[in-house]
Amino acid sequence: MAIASYLEAGRDALAEEMRRDPLVWVVGEDLGRGGVFGQYKGLVEEFGPERISDAPISEAAILGAAVGAAMMGTRPVVEMRFSDFALCAMDELVNQAAKARFMFGGQTRVPLVVREPIGMWRSSAAQHSQSLEAWYAHVPGLVVACPATPADTKGLLKTAIRSDDPVVFMEHKNLWGLSGEVPDGEHLVPFGEARIVRPGRDLTIVTWSAQVHVAAAAAESLAAEGIESELIDLRTLWPWDKERVLASVAKTGRLLVAHEAVAVAGFGAEIAATVAERLGPALKAPVRRLGAPRTLIAYAPPVEDTVRVTAAAIAEAARSMTGRG
Amino acid sequence: MTMPGGNLDRDRLRDHHRLMWRIRAFEEQALKGLDDKLVLGAIHPSIGQEAVAAGVTANLGPSDILLSTHRGHGHTLGKGADSGAMMRELLGREGGNCGGKGGSMHIADFSVGMLGANGVVAANIVIAAGAAHAIKLKREPHLVCCIFGDGAINRGPFLEGLNWAAVFQLPVLFVCEDNGFAATTRTRTMTAGGGASARARALGIPAVEVDGNDVLAVDAATAELTAAIRAGGGPRFLHARTYRLTGHTGADPAAYRPADELAARRRDEPIGRAAELLAGAGVPAEALAADQDDAVLEMHAAYAAARAAPFPPAATAFTDVQDAGDPRREAF
Repeated sequence: MAIASYLEAGRDALAEEMRRDPLVWVVGEDLGRGGVFGQYKGLVEEFGPERISDAPISEAAILGAAVGAAMMGTRPVVEMRFSDFALCAMDELVNQAAKARFMFGGQTRVPLVVREPIGMWRSSAAQHSQSLEAWYAHVPGLVVACPATPADTKGLLKTAIRSDDPVVFMEHKNLWGLSGEVPDGEHLVPFGEARIVRPGRDLTIVTWSAQVHVAAAAAESLAAEGIESELIDLRTLWPWDKERVLASVAKTGRLLVAHEAVAVAGFGAEIAATVAERLGPALKAPVRRLGAPRTLIAYAPPVEDTVRVTAAAIAEAARSMTGRG
Repeated sequence: MTMPGGNLDRDRLRDHHRLMWRIRAFEEQALKGLDDKLVLGAIHPSIGQEAVAAGVTANLGPSDILLSTHRGHGHTLGKGADSGAMMRELLGREGGNCGGKGGSMHIADFSVGMLGANGVVAANIVIAAGAAHAIKLKREPHLVCCIFGDGAINRGPFLEGLNWAAVFQLPVLFVCEDNGFAATTRTRTMTAGGGASARARALGIPAVEVDGNDVLAVDAATAELTAAIRAGGGPRFLHARTYRLTGHTGADPAAYRPADELAARRRDEPIGRAAELLAGAGVPAEALAADQDDAVLEMHAAYAAARAAPFPPAATAFTDVQDAGDPRREAF
């Protein structure tokens, strides 16, 4: 067990998989210089410029080429720089990568990983800050992974690279520097297995990605007030761990979903609906969702901060749900 | 294509003649299937364009890779896919190339290196670049052939895919099968500059223009271009001008074309031109008629077998979606 940052954990996972499988290769803009955030630093020196390949600013070609290369038996990992830019490759991901296996009747697989950094950090405004994970959860054929910790970044990225499904791998930009313990070597986190961040009896809080850390801060302050929340980090949105969420809500009787993405038609709605359908009559309080308002992300800090789901907002919702508001 | 001494390569031209008739007969049968309401979705015939499919695919080996378009029946037959499986696919039946899940627009036969028709114009261009990228990474000797229409050159993936192939010096033959129409609009009215070849040359990709209704010219040009690619020369571009004798889809009467234009283009259609050359080279009329009859019989049998085949089980809606997660309603 070593201490590594979220960024280093991803880099180490990739290097381990590239050593293990010569068919794994990476392509994206500026990778030879280590990538825009330094996630690829040192890799071109070890693996050479064919396997850590620079690319023109051609998102459609980067992702489309990955589809072709994956159908030909290699395992490409592609870097989209920002999830916002991956929208330029939507046909390649949604109409091609996600559909090739099914529409060709199982003749092929598209084992690619598309890394799409998501989320707000500071003053990156409307085209460099979005969290669009729900879009991909809606598309049959895709896996959606949203790691919150260095250990999960490593474990999920290794699983993603070994997966025969196309995987949208969404790292949160605000977490690059986050440090944590990371298991050495063969550490694989399966898709569809949520993590109980802290156990609790009074309500269940479901979240993922950077919002896990915001919710953890809220859970801590709630605990000081005597409200014990069970915090679940979903880790992957498709597949998502319904069983663990349902078991938790069956125990606590209350569900609060919190995510950074826009609340309207966000993945929280899917979780809320599932819990309401399955456990409705047994709930002690109506399901609650917290997400961004349906507006855009601004540049100026006070405006930007207005759309964040804060620890205070989560705590307030939890108090009201437990009758202690 | 001529042999030393100036003689026509009769056998090769005869092969083209047979394949072109098979493509024509397949599509005419498919159009009948549309009338019979047994071909279920849209089909995009390439009637009149068969010389491009025949001349190009004659230069591809079994390990070479082909990517095609929504108008891809001819290319797929040329690459060696089985007409019976293809007809089943058009009828949405079990035993179709894609198990009835794809239909005409998603026909693929990976067993013969045919990586798919595509329902999205120009989408195959970047995928082809990636297939060639994998071939280069694996140091394999094959090449990728990517056929698209003239409408595709106005989409972004055309630029991105050609640039990619040139930058990485990939073994790809790009073929613009130019039938003059982007769906139902004349392509030249919506295309700036010098067109397909000029755009390829602007990216440093050597390009050749050819009469796409002259199967020998297509064959010869493709032979030259594929030889250059196989020699490690990087991507090449073939611009074959042809004419679509039918509408955009089987349901399009194509009334937007003047009758005299259509009549003139009918006289120029590629099978008749090949037959004339063969007759001139001494192939008897009965032999040429037999090529047509054999093709019609083959496709008639394919159609009869397809209509007798069952639809795939409804439960295949949930197979080959993905490994992770359960797609069924009851899993929610």
